Amino acid sequence: MKAKILTTLVATCFASSALAQDLEVKITNLTHGIYYTPLLVTAHAPGTALFSLGETASEPLQAMAEGGDISGLSNVLESINADMVMNPAGGLLAPASSTMAMLSTSNGNTYLSLVAMMLPTNDGFVGLNSWPIPTEAGTYEVYLNAYDAGTEANNELVVDGSGAPGMAGIPASPGVTPGSQGLGVTTSEENNTIHIHRGNVGDDEQIGGASDLHNTVHRWLNPVAKLTITVK
Amino acid sequence: MKTKLTLVAISALLLSACGDNDNNSTVVTDTPTPPVVDYEFSVSITNLTQAQPMSPIAVMLHQSGHYFEVGTAASNELEKLAEGGDNSALLAQSMTMSSSTTETPVGPGSTSTISIKSETLANLKLSLLTMMVNTNDGFSGLNAIDVSTMPIGEKKMYRTSAYDAGTELNTEAQGSIPGPADGGEGFNVERNDNQNMVTMHSGVVGNDDGLTSSTLTSKHKFDNPLLAITIERIK
Repeated sequence: MKAKILTTLVATCFASSALAQDLEVKITNLTHGIYYTPLLVTAHAPGTALFSLGETASEPLQAMAEGGDISGLSNVLESINADMVMNPAGGLLAPASSTMAMLSTSNGNTYLSLVAMMLPTNDGFVGLNSWPIPTEAGTYEVYLNAYDAGTEANNELVVDGSGAPGMAGIPASPGVTPGSQGLGVTTSEENNTIHIHRGNVGDDEQIGGASDLHNTVHRWLNPVAKLTITVK
Repeated sequence: MKTKLTLVAISALLLSACGDNDNNSTVVTDTPTPPVVDYEFSVSITNLTQAQPMSPIAVMLHQSGHYFEVGTAASNELEKLAEGGDNSALLAQSMTMSSSTTETPVGPGSTSTISIKSETLANLKLSLLTMMVNTNDGFSGLNAIDVSTMPIGEKKMYRTSAYDAGTELNTEAQGSIPGPADGGEGFNVERNDNQNMVTMHSGVVGNDDGLTSSTLTSKHKFDNPLLAITIERIK
């Protein structure tokens, strides 16, 4: 009899862990000079991932990483009944700024993921990949790294319209005015899978030089973002 | 039953022994005032960088507040530390309950251990701050670590990141960096960074890495983490 009661209790615990949860996700841009394009915050079932290190980026991920377009990824998430918040900051999330995403998860959506493109980069993004949402109520802190989608050479040239997948260049450089007429840092991408971003190089020339970016403004060190997650 | 009997016998012996001592005891008339209980923490800091001496390291115990917060403008006290390595204003902030500082900068590869005392453990937090002196306004440290429930002998270990006070533009120009790489200016009240807010530090560039006007070289570069810190409650 005792054993039976115990089993029932355990079963109840498991069941509740798959039930809906309310999350508050505070996202802080920790960098000194990098902006985030509209964020995609999602709770999804295990077995799905927005990105996987060491693997080639999907087309929707490439569109996000090169141009900040999260519509492709959100379509995929919708098709698998994921819960999501799109663009909680209502536009760019500036350096040292925070935004809040409120997420109510559905049954079985027990993993949290997040992506946003980093500007100015060619195909850099900040990411959280399948963080298991704790069943215990509380506040949790998670620090995020910068990734390179591996889909575009990091030429560091600001080119209008280059947010389109496959078009080389950085689509925009908010904040400090970038340089112009750079020659390009590189034309090749050695690692075509998703990897830790090596960082922007930049240079100290407003006109010309290798890069359109500034080496005193557009670099960063990991971590680049902090998540403060409150599980209710 | 036998055991019980033995116990009774021993008790009787003890009682009689006590009785003997009573004859020699003096009566204590005044109650001694209970001594102030001091709780004490030992903080050991190792500088993990290649060539970034850390300005005298400030350790503060406090019950509330933050000495710095990413996304918030630096206080004037923090600015003085981050630009010039002077921690005196920071230590004197009103929320500080007790403080301690290394007497000298802590060089690369060096470990310094300081102790700090408190008369209470309630809500006790420990913060630590130091400047990377070969930067414009870079600092590292710990932000309000909860030490209120640490038992004696427990150790907590941390690796710290580099922060930018956001109070001075990172020009790395000659005359702008107080450390031995330059010997330039420390604190200046002007705030001229791109945004007046504390952020993570993006690292120094140096003249070997494309900032031709920089007074720094490749040896002054750093990456996270910068400090290895062990906090131990020793009393």
